[in-house]
Amino acid sequence: MLIVAGFFLASCAATKTDQGGEVDSASSSASSSSGGEITAGTQEDLIVNVGDRVFFEFDSSELTVDAQATLDAQAAWLMQYPDTNITVEGHADERGTREYNLALGDKRAFSVYSYLAQAGIDTNRMEYVSWGKERPEVIGSDETAYSQNRRGVTLVSN
Amino acid sequence: MIKRILIILFFSLNANAALEVTIAQGKVEPTPIAITQIFGADSDTARYGNTLRQIISNNLTNSGLFYTVNEDLYIQSDNLVEKVPRFEDWKLIKAQFLLSADVSKTDKGIRLRMRLYDVFNAKEIEKLQLTIPDENLIRRVGHTVSDIVYERITGETGYFDTRIVYVSEIGPLDQRVKRLAIMDQDGHIDSHQFLTDGKNMVLTPRFAPNKQLITYMEYKNNLPRVYIYNLKTGEREIVGDFPGMTFAPRFSPDSQSVVMSFSDPNDAANSEIYLMDLNTRSRTKLTNDSGIDTSPSFSPDGEKIVFNSDRGGSPQLFIMDKNGDNIKRISKGRGVYGNPVWSPRGDLVAFTKLTQGNFHIGVMDTNGNNERVIVRDFALESPAWSPNGRYLIFHRQKRSNLDGTGGEVTIHFIDITGYNERVIPTPRDGSDPAWSPLL
Repeated sequence: MLIVAGFFLASCAATKTDQGGEVDSASSSASSSSGGEITAGTQEDLIVNVGDRVFFEFDSSELTVDAQATLDAQAAWLMQYPDTNITVEGHADERGTREYNLALGDKRAFSVYSYLAQAGIDTNRMEYVSWGKERPEVIGSDETAYSQNRRGVTLVSN
Repeated sequence: MIKRILIILFFSLNANAALEVTIAQGKVEPTPIAITQIFGADSDTARYGNTLRQIISNNLTNSGLFYTVNEDLYIQSDNLVEKVPRFEDWKLIKAQFLLSADVSKTDKGIRLRMRLYDVFNAKEIEKLQLTIPDENLIRRVGHTVSDIVYERITGETGYFDTRIVYVSEIGPLDQRVKRLAIMDQDGHIDSHQFLTDGKNMVLTPRFAPNKQLITYMEYKNNLPRVYIYNLKTGEREIVGDFPGMTFAPRFSPDSQSVVMSFSDPNDAANSEIYLMDLNTRSRTKLTNDSGIDTSPSFSPDGEKIVFNSDRGGSPQLFIMDKNGDNIKRISKGRGVYGNPVWSPRGDLVAFTKLTQGNFHIGVMDTNGNNERVIVRDFALESPAWSPNGRYLIFHRQKRSNLDGTGGEVTIHFIDITGYNERVIPTPRDGSDPAWSPLL
């Protein structure tokens, strides 16, 4: 179900990124004042209009088809905002040891990082880090939580 | 901070070997021991005596090998340090052993005198006198006396004068503050101390065999790397300063090297096991495989390393020579294995195993034979051996709920026979416990 949600975000990304340009031009005046507007090129923009994360299968660091679609959209977005740097975080669910999950989280983060690099994003703009199972997105000891915690998250770092 | 041992011991160890209490695999009937009041002539020394009696009694009881005969039953109430006990009075209340002690002030500091008697054989089996410069070492004295009693009666090495370093946890489960903390093995609050301030997340601390250093992983500036903490100076030093994550560190038996995992960005961030010489800072790559290799742990003779790898598809346990040769899988059972830790006696590997929805902590022979489960629950992790190889400590975490409740994590102690599980108290939640050698 969550993977469907991820796919949905990814599939709207193509149209939304076009609008992103408009938001960008409009936001230069609006950015100083607050309001409901999303500033283009920000984390919020990435989350709402592209999708900031991909999800993994249990004990896997391979990118699913859905994940690849999300990352294609992320790459396009990053191309659009070339001054944006990112950190990719890799995370695991709690059903493994701390140490193994640190290793797994690093492989997941690197999968995202290298996919974006192959899509043309300069590696000088990207960092990656594993948080293992130490920073769950959803608290809970069931598969609903686990499936959302097995993730790679793209964070705008500047 | 571990204090230098300033204790001057004046032993008068009797030459005979351990007594008749033998410890085999399986449940042990605790041996009854009576501990008299520990006498003091003034209010200070009487207070020290009370503290010492409590420490010794708790230690011996918590070992599962002793119980303290209820004080209310004692017929003789004298100080038996200089006076021969009326053994029949102690036999009557079924005390098999009898400990008596007193505390006094001398110009050198605080002096403890102790006598240990074998009641059934009506003889003294141990006597001890020791002096400490000040009361800050009272807890150490209690642990030292406990070790002497334990060793004299069981014939095994003691483990009471030791410390546990662990990760203290507080806060919401998705934003936990994790600090290094250290305490006596009994978890007594007076011995508890934080080593880091909680600004950076820390994980997986392990003691050096030389007792002075702790290696652990810290997210400094959001970069997860292996560090060493010096208990004497309080200094922290980075060990795994490479472009890529270093983690899962453990000392070699000579404390001169750290074996750890390194996820090399030039190798798709796949973690391999490396040996880092702490003197030369040169590193040697020990594994080379497309799977995850982590959680290395040296054999006590320094010749072999047991580790965790998913090279065969799922995480299993493997053994290799110290240079990375002769890799052999040892785990044979069903399930996902992790956290292998070689026992200080050299004969067993403790591990975690996830199967059928539960974590298990168990031990197996170093060739993987004779696997047995010691404890099973929803979430168990981080087994660590007592220095005498008889006990394990580990952490146990409760299920968490969507509303953020649950997830409490606590440190536990258990005899490797599977009996005598106890919680080691910590002021906040606690995880990743690691035991020091005997101090």
